[in-house]
Amino acid sequence: MITGGVLRSRRPEVSLRIDHRAFTVTAVLLSLLAGTCVVALSTGEYPVPAREVLAALVGNGSPGMDFIVLELRLPRVLTAALTGAALAISGALMQSLTRNPLGSPDVVGFTNGSATGALVVIIVLDGSMMDIAFGALVGGVATAVVVYLLALRRGVEGFRFILVGIGVSAMLLAANSYLITRAAWQEGIEAQAWLIGTLNDVSWEHATVVGLTVAVLVPAALSQHRELALLEMGDAVAIALGVRVERARVVLIGASVTLSAVATAATGPIAFVALAAPQLARRLTRATSPGMMSSAAMGALLLTASDLAVQRVFAPALLPVGVATGSIGGLYLIWLLTTQWRGERP
Amino acid sequence: MREGTSVSRLHAHDLTLAYDERAVAVDLAVRIPDRSFTVVIGPNACGKSTLLKALARMLKPQQGAVYLDGAVIDTYRSKEVARRLGLLPQSAVAPGGITVGDLVARGRYPHQSLVRQWSSADEAVVADAMRLTGVADLADRMVDELSGGQRQRVWLAMVLAQQTPILLLDEPTTFLDIAHQLEVLDLCADLHTDRDHTVVAVLHDLNHACRYASHLIVMRPGGEIAAEGPPADVITAELVEDVFGLPCRVMDDPETAAPMIVPARRKARAATAVPAR
Repeated sequence: MITGGVLRSRRPEVSLRIDHRAFTVTAVLLSLLAGTCVVALSTGEYPVPAREVLAALVGNGSPGMDFIVLELRLPRVLTAALTGAALAISGALMQSLTRNPLGSPDVVGFTNGSATGALVVIIVLDGSMMDIAFGALVGGVATAVVVYLLALRRGVEGFRFILVGIGVSAMLLAANSYLITRAAWQEGIEAQAWLIGTLNDVSWEHATVVGLTVAVLVPAALSQHRELALLEMGDAVAIALGVRVERARVVLIGASVTLSAVATAATGPIAFVALAAPQLARRLTRATSPGMMSSAAMGALLLTASDLAVQRVFAPALLPVGVATGSIGGLYLIWLLTTQWRGERP
Repeated sequence: MREGTSVSRLHAHDLTLAYDERAVAVDLAVRIPDRSFTVVIGPNACGKSTLLKALARMLKPQQGAVYLDGAVIDTYRSKEVARRLGLLPQSAVAPGGITVGDLVARGRYPHQSLVRQWSSADEAVVADAMRLTGVADLADRMVDELSGGQRQRVWLAMVLAQQTPILLLDEPTTFLDIAHQLEVLDLCADLHTDRDHTVVAVLHDLNHACRYASHLIVMRPGGEIAAEGPPADVITAELVEDVFGLPCRVMDDPETAAPMIVPARRKARAATAVPAR
């Protein structure tokens, strides 16, 4: 009668619905991710055999291998995977709330807002790395609040939210360009590098901060997962079914905005992962509710693989990963616009 | 009449309803008789859907309150209200690619929790709701592929799966052809007579309202109740002309003996200079 399986305990209190297809897709994506991580950890300037990578990971490596694998490569790989997951979940939540695949944080201006915050810190305040991250966080959250308030009129309607977001995004882009023209030469270079989004100099700190954010916010978002699915049917249906719409929306928007702001603060704006990963995941799972876990796995895989590609294919040039995700994402966006908008769902 | 005269489970006092600054209704009092099939009619923009929204707590009244089982509706937990009062809004969107069974199953939300997502009771209720609305055979079909009439029955099944004694339906027959309109209304009538549900529907067609309602609420522009009661007691040519600005004759429906409204000929209508709306 319903799709998917059900797990029931012997007593009637516990019964969980399982979507086999989404489960399988997530498992496959995670194994691909694990494979990509091993390749990223073992290849490079000093090749390390996969066996020794695993030994280092479980704490049995030699000091030299430990340094290469655990200190040089692992933070980058982990940050890539966690940032990809954070961006993808952020995008999945926002696309679902706006009921529109274009409602992702990089389209509605949150990412540009983070960039503005970071640029103000780099150029005007001349702050440290941590200050820049904090500036990006504040910029992203502030932009979200502004877009939300501007779009607010007897409740927030998805399409208006996106249009307001695109407008705000364009203004922030202009502000960002202006800030760069005002910068001294050295700061300008630093700002430009930050703006493309790169994993070139991430450390354990980055991985930890993004990891903690994901660990806290993803369960919070998952707790509202069924509510999110009902919100997609319209506020009226959701209220009629007993969803506390405002509370669910605050939790979900809060989680989405914070995830994208923290991810952007850690690595700079990385294009299109938030937009593309949830959509790709949804097509694979064919699920009718937003799949957070499958989106997260897809985002982690996309970003880790893109980062591996820019490191290995273009070596020794230090190409920022934003270049790779940007070009893949651009193609994806064109495909989305040409197929989806001609199809049934605008 | 089966409905009692005591205080009903769903009623409202002194309601002032407004969107932003624009008042839709002032000082509205309404009582939905228990176990009735109440139909709300009135000209466009008279506030009938707004009233339904207020009764279903979609719209917070600026003044007054809606009472459910003796308490102000906002004082209940949201899921508690959803176990007593169901609503089929006009603007429901089916997620792309969802099956009929999955959509109907979503009606069980107010009876579920994070760890109790699909009990055997849920399964039985959903099966029953689909059988009653005649969509059981469609359970594995995609909602997108269905005809308008089928889709409306699927939505009704979802609301029924909520197992609420009171059902509010906002223009459930819109966009359906005449046969499917009657099919939906027959279903509502069955819920009312066989299952003792209280059904409240906003309808546009006066003759359908007269034929199916056990209780009519006639609203005029400005959100005022012009008349209410059983159709045979309420509907007169004077009332219809007064509320809708439509000169007409009221006759007995040859099939059911309910009042039937026959609009006057064009010339006769032109003669009575009705203020245009």
